Parts: sequence; C-alpha cells; structure tokens
Amino acid sequence: MSAAAVFFYAFAALAVAGGLGMVLNVRNTVAGAMSLVLTMVALGGVYVLLEAYLVGVLQILVYAGAIVVLFLFVVMLLNLRGEAFGPERQGFAKVLGVAVVAVLLAEFVWLLPGAFGAPATPPEGFGGYRAVGLALFTDWLLAFEVTSLLLLAAMVGAVVLAKRSIE
Amino acid sequence: MAVPLEHVIALSGLLFAIGAAGALARRNLIVILMSIELMLNAVNLALVGFSRQWGDVAGQIFVLMVIVVAAAEVTVGLGIVIALFRNRETVDVEDASLLRW
Amino acid sequence: MVSEPHAYDVLRWIPALPLAAALVHGVWLVLVRRAFSRGLVVALSCGSVIAAFALSCLAFVELIQLPESERVLSDALFTWIGSGNFSAEAAFRLDPLSAVMTLVVTGVGSLIHVYSIGYMDEDHREDRGFQRFFCYLNLFTFAMLILVLADNLALLFLGWEGVGLCSYLLIGFWYSDRFYAYCGSKAFIVNRIGDFGFLIGAFLLFWSLADAGRPTVAFHEIREAFPAIADATVRLPDWLAFLPGAPDWKLATVIGLCFLLGAAGKSAQIPLYVWLPDAMAGPTPVSALIHAATMVTAGVYLVCRMGFLFDAAPGAAATVAWVGGVTALFAATIAIVQTDIKKVLAYSTVSQLGYMFLAAGCGAYSAATFHVVTHAFFKALLFLGAGAVILAMHHEQDMTRYGGLRRYIPRVHWVLLAGVVGISAIPYVSAGFFSKDEVLLSAFLADHIPGNRWLHAIGVVTGGLTAFYMFRLFFLTFYGAERASRDALAHAHEPGAVVMAPLYVLAALSVLGGYLGPSEAFVPVDDANSFGNFLAPVFAHGGHAAHHVSHATERWMAAGATGVVAVGILLALWLYVGRPELPARIAASAQGAYRALWNKYWVDEAYDALLVRPLVALSDAVLYRGIDAGLIDGAGVNGPARAVRALAAGGLKHLQSGLAQGYLVIMLVGSALVVGWLVG
Repeated sequence: MSAAAVFFYAFAALAVAGGLGMVLNVRNTVAGAMSLVLTMVALGGVYVLLEAYLVGVLQILVYAGAIVVLFLFVVMLLNLRGEAFGPERQGFAKVLGVAVVAVLLAEFVWLLPGAFGAPATPPEGFGGYRAVGLALFTDWLLAFEVTSLLLLAAMVGAVVLAKRSIE
Repeated sequence: MAVPLEHVIALSGLLFAIGAAGALARRNLIVILMSIELMLNAVNLALVGFSRQWGDVAGQIFVLMVIVVAAAEVTVGLGIVIALFRNRETVDVEDASLLRW
Repeated sequence: MVSEPHAYDVLRWIPALPLAAALVHGVWLVLVRRAFSRGLVVALSCGSVIAAFALSCLAFVELIQLPESERVLSDALFTWIGSGNFSAEAAFRLDPLSAVMTLVVTGVGSLIHVYSIGYMDEDHREDRGFQRFFCYLNLFTFAMLILVLADNLALLFLGWEGVGLCSYLLIGFWYSDRFYAYCGSKAFIVNRIGDFGFLIGAFLLFWSLADAGRPTVAFHEIREAFPAIADATVRLPDWLAFLPGAPDWKLATVIGLCFLLGAAGKSAQIPLYVWLPDAMAGPTPVSALIHAATMVTAGVYLVCRMGFLFDAAPGAAATVAWVGGVTALFAATIAIVQTDIKKVLAYSTVSQLGYMFLAAGCGAYSAATFHVVTHAFFKALLFLGAGAVILAMHHEQDMTRYGGLRRYIPRVHWVLLAGVVGISAIPYVSAGFFSKDEVLLSAFLADHIPGNRWLHAIGVVTGGLTAFYMFRLFFLTFYGAERASRDALAHAHEPGAVVMAPLYVLAALSVLGGYLGPSEAFVPVDDANSFGNFLAPVFAHGGHAAHHVSHATERWMAAGATGVVAVGILLALWLYVGRPELPARIAASAQGAYRALWNKYWVDEAYDALLVRPLVALSDAVLYRGIDAGLIDGAGVNGPARAVRALAAGGLKHLQSGLAQGYLVIMLVGSALVVGWLVG
C-alpha cells in the first residue's frame, strides 16, 4: 500500500468519524459543528490526494473556514443548548427513511466492484490553479457569472430575513 | 490515483448516507442544515473522483459551483432559522409545520 | 277531387295577427314587468282578432267565387321540416271545412274578446292580469288558427299542442289558488294522453304511406295516396285475440282508433272527458272560447278532416259513433243534478260534443260540422250569459243561491233564454234544431253502423234530457223563489254594454244560425242546405251512398224528437217553477241514483285510485327516490364525490403534514426509485 493510499484511508476514516459525530451528537450543537469542520478538512485532504489542488484548498477556505463558521455564529447567536424537544411525531416516516437510505447504500456498494476501469493520465498541470482558472474563465464563464448573481441574491435574502423589522 | 475509484465512490456514498440519515432523523434545524452540507460534500467528493478518473477538469469546475451554491444556500437557510427563532423561540423543525392540511 | 289550389297570400295574416299581439304582450310583460294601459291592451288584442275575422271573411268571399270543384286557397310559407324525401311545410290551406272553422274561431273569438274587456275589468288581483289574459287569449287564437288552417298533420299537431298549452295557461289563470292550478294541470295531462294517441296514429299513417312509396303528411296528398293502403291489414298480437275481427285488423281501423283517442282527449269524450268539468276553474270567457266553441271542436275537426280514413274503416267509425252517443247520454244524466251553473254547462258541452262525434262516426261529416257551428253559437252565449249572472251575483256560482233573478237582470234573462232555446232544439226558433235534426237523421240512416237505431234512440232521449237540464238551469236561475240573500240581491245589476253587446249578437245567431243549413224538409226552398252544399266537395269521398228519406218521414222524425224535447221542458217547468219542493223529495226517494249522478258516477275517484295514485306513488318511490335521488344523485354524483373526499381526507391529506422531514423521506424514496431505474 502506498503512502497516498494510507493517507487516503486515514482521511476517509476521519471524515466518516466527523460525519457521525455531527449527526449523532445530540446534546452539544457546537461540538457537532466542530465535527463537521473535521470532516471538511479531511475531505480537503482527500481532494489533494486526488490531485484536485485548487478545489482542496478552496474546500478548506470556504467550507471549513466560512460556512461552518457561519453555522457557529448562528448557534451562538441563538444560544442553543441541547435539544429538549417535544414528542416525536413522525417516528415511522423517519425509520422508513433511514431504512431506505441504508438499503440504497448497500445496493450502491454492491454495484460498485468492477464498475470502473483504470484511471486516465491527467494532463499537465491538472487540478492546479492555472488549469482550473483557465477552464473557469473560458469554457465555463457563463456559469461563473451566474453564480455571482446567485451570491448576490443570497446576500440580499440573508439581510432581509435577518432584519428585525423592515422600514 | 492513490486508490481505485470504487473506494472513493464508496466513501462518497457512505458520507451521503450519513448526511441523509441525519437530515431525516434529527429535529434541530441547524443540525439538519449541517447534514445537508455533508450530503453536498459527499457529492463534491464523487465529482472530484470522477474528474481525476477521466482527467477532465470540468468535474472540478462543477465542484466550485456546488460550493458556491452551498454557501448561498446556507446563508439563506440560516437567515430563515434566525427569523424562525425570533418568532417561535424554537428551532424544532416539527414546530414549523403550519403549511399543512 | 280538387285540382291545383289557388295561392292566396292573405291566409298567413289570419294566424299571424293574433300571434303578433300575443308576442307584443308577452315580450313587454317579461321585459318591462309592468302592464300597458288597459285601452292599449284591448286595442291590440281585440283589434288583432277582429282584423283576423275580417281577413277570414275576405278569404271566404274569395273562396266562394271559385268554381265548386276548385275551392281551395293555399299559402305556402317555408319548409318547416325537411329530411330526405320527407317534408312538412309551414303552409296553410283554406278549403270549405277550414273556412267554416276559421270563421267560427275568429268570429266567436272576437265576440268573446270584446266580452272579456268588461268581464276581466273586475280582476284587480294583479295589474298584469288583464294584459296577461289577453296575451294568452291571443296565443290561443293563433294556435287554433294554425290547427284549422294547417295543410299537413305536423303543422296541425303544432296547433293541437298549442291549444292544449293555452288551455292549461288559461284554466290555471288565477294560479295563486292551488286548486285552479291543479285543474289546469289536469286538463293538460289528460290532453297529453290523447296526444299520445294522435301521434301514434300519425306515425302509423306516415309509416304505411312511406312503405307504399308516398311519404307525406300533407292532407291532400294523404287523401290521394290513401287508396294504396286502404286495404292494408295489421296482425294483432295474441293477447288481443279476443277483439272482434281478430287477428287481422284493417290498418285504417287502427289508425282511426288512435286518432279517436286523440280526438277524445281534445274533445272530452269518454274516457278522457274528466278535465272539462274541472276546467271551469278558469275565467268564464275562457270556458266560452276554449271549452265550448273552439278547442274542444278540434277533435271533431280532426275526424272530419280524416273522413276518408274513417270511411275506409267501418270499425273505427262505429267506435266513434258509439263513443259519441254514449258520452252524450252519460254527460246529460250527470248534468241534470249539478248545482254549479258552470258545471251544468260543462257537462252539456261534453254531451253536445258527443252528438258531433255521433254524426261523424255515421259518416255525416257536414252534419257534425254544422253542429259544431251552431253549438259554438249557443254554447258561447250560454257561457257568457252565465258569466254575466255570476258577475251580477258577485262570483256566486251555486244555482241553489239564485232564484227569481228575472226582476234584477232582465236583459241577461232574455239573452240566456235565447241560448237555452238554441240548445234545446225547438223547431224553427233554435239553431240547434236544424243541426241536431241532421245528426239524428244521419244516425238513423247509418245502417253500416251496428245498432244505429239504438244510437238514434239515445240521441233522441239525450235531446230530451238536454232540454230538461237547460230549462232547469234557466228556471232555477231566473224564476221561482229568491233564494239569494238580501244583500246579494241588492247588489245584483245588469252588466254594461261592452258585456251585453256580444251577447245580443250571439243570441241572434243562436236563434237564426240554423238557417245556414236547414234541411229542405223544413225549409222548402231549393238548395236550402247551403251549408251542407258548401261542404260537400270536401267530403265527397266514396263513402256510403246517402240514403234519402222522404221529407215527410223527416218531418215525422223531427216531430218525435221535438215531442221528447217538449216533455223535457214541461218536466222542468213543473219541477222547478210549479212544484219546487218536488225535486228534493224525488232525490230523497231515489237516493242511490241521485248520489251516483251527483258524484258523476265516481269516475274521477276511480281514475284517481286506479291510475293517478299508483302512478304518483310509483314515481315518488321508484323513479324519484330510487333512481333519481338514490341512483343518479347518490351513486352517480354524490358517490364519487364522497369517495374522493374519503380518499383525500382519510389518506392523502396526511402526505401534507407540514413536517419537512416527511417530505424529505418522500423525496429520497423518489430519487432512489429514479436512480434505480437509471442504473438498472
């Protein structure tokens, strides 16, 4: 097993642990958010291993550094403690849903072996900022511009929603 | 590639399942949003894996778009959570069920 | 047979004028909801009918100027129904028969319109009542004129239905009284039964003509083509094998019987006469116009029109004659004990119509038509006169509360005397004498009808009964002790000129009208019977060679009949003027017979129990509750609605729980399925 493979499995384990930690943590929402950070960072590592360097860096910068922080801001703003909710109303549906997910996963995994061939050799500079940047500003320029509009809309929406009152 | 693509996709599927289960099973709105983020990350992972498999950088561009969209969605979603909390003093998703029969 | 008819465009205006008046009234009332001034209503309505009468006279004059074999005027408007090689034209045809009928309808109709001005003036119940009444009268006149002027069965049926409708509208004129509305419905429904017979007859006729290659409904064409099917027979079904002449009956007989059913409905013969006495609920001018002079004669007109068919169907003709005779006697017996003045006249009408059917059945169509004309005169007079009495006595119709009114309303008394004389067939001074004599003669001579001598006897006896009950009415009303209250008598006064003028005209006609067509035995002038001669070309269709009896025999027969009439009159005089306490004692001693007559032989009650009630119960329980409410509404309409509701409220609504995670589950399941399908 090469070093890259070992790193991969290590990062994978961390990511899964972080994910479980976030989902299963009932009492402490902040701890859950921190678990999520762990997952994000681990995934960033995986991306780097997969030669997607720019994406990996951006993952850590944006996801772990901004999005989860945003979560933490809100959790702390709302000053949430643990969950002390009333009786469960949709127990059956939830169990069903989780069962479906599990079945899906099992099926998915069962279908996997032998589904893909050998990886191709990536071109020079693959995954680097130059390659990605060139592609982004030439082939995918429209998508880029549209996402900027999307961000504008999100900004306006967030401001409006969080205001106390509209004058 | 460090590991066969199957393993990458298996990890992606596993993370997605965990995120989906979390979105279904938890009642705290913020945790649900975080689970959705996890699901989006799982998808990103799959995209990156495929991008590496076929040497096509378009997959990574797609990932960038997903990240942007995720960011926007989290922003607005948390705005909603704040608005909901201001009115209802709760972030229980089952208390926000007025749009029903 | 007649050759090409002459075109005469004036014909269309005869029915069109009353229609126009009716439409103006109708549209105005519906849209504006206020009435015209009474003067305008009168001018429009009476004006249109009087104008129609003038035009009818013009048409008549035009007609008699034509040579005898060509006396037909026609006016074709448009093709009403055209389908393949069948067409029913909207076309009018004036031959002598229609000319006579048209003159009667418009002439007597005009007089009654004028009378109504004064009579309906009293109706302050609702202001629109006056205009609405004249609207309906005009509509009726239109429908009746269509009936008599139609040149084919389809158009005649239009008029036939129209008069039925107007009869309903006019009988139930004061519809706020439920009973009057019920009487209107009864008339319409009983008529409808007759209409069923008419339609079956018409369809059979058309069908057999079409089979023989001449599909037509026009009268003259049917008449030409009729010999082709005159001998056709139909096979009766097995369950009718007990009927005489079974199992093969002449087609003409079957058609004739169907038409007889229709005519019996319209002309109130047994078994469909029950609506006429109840039709007296309508205003008296209505009774005069519709139920004396015009609508009820539609049945007789139909039989005369289809005379060639009845000549080829001796079975049907015999049935017609016997139905007429029995009805005449039957109704006369009921009339002798009735105390409501209008009911007496109603039963009298049924009885006189029986005479007309008797004549028609014996093949004497011109005699039947003559009696139609004279009957129109004196019956209209009687009804209008009775109306004047009712008005004078403030809507009191019970003759037991009359008595001695001669001193209070003398002019009405004289006018009604003319009417009573007219109907009683007193020689030379009554129109009824000449017409009834012809009817009786035809019965006597119709040896092709089984039992015709019995029919003659029935006719003579009924004549006596007629004289009896009419003079009974007369004496009870105008002579004898004054049984009305002081108060009522104080208010009794002669009606005004507008009401009396038509009565004078009709009185003159009742006395002198018979001279239109007297038999030469009585008026020894050549061709004295101008009426009969005028109508002869219409009825010149094979048939039975008229027996002729010598004038002396005719005079003896008339003397016999008059003798019976005299007995009737004297009996009435004795019982109601001479010894007024006797009738009550006779009634008391013949309890059973009296009660049977008083209750009209319980026919209405029998119909009610046997037919009406079961039908209503069946309709209510099975058709309404079972099928309509239960099946169609319940299973058809409400059932699916309830099912959908149950489905939605019971199950589907839970999908919209408002709980986001439930929706998420559904999304996941859905996407799993999609992915599975894509992969698999």
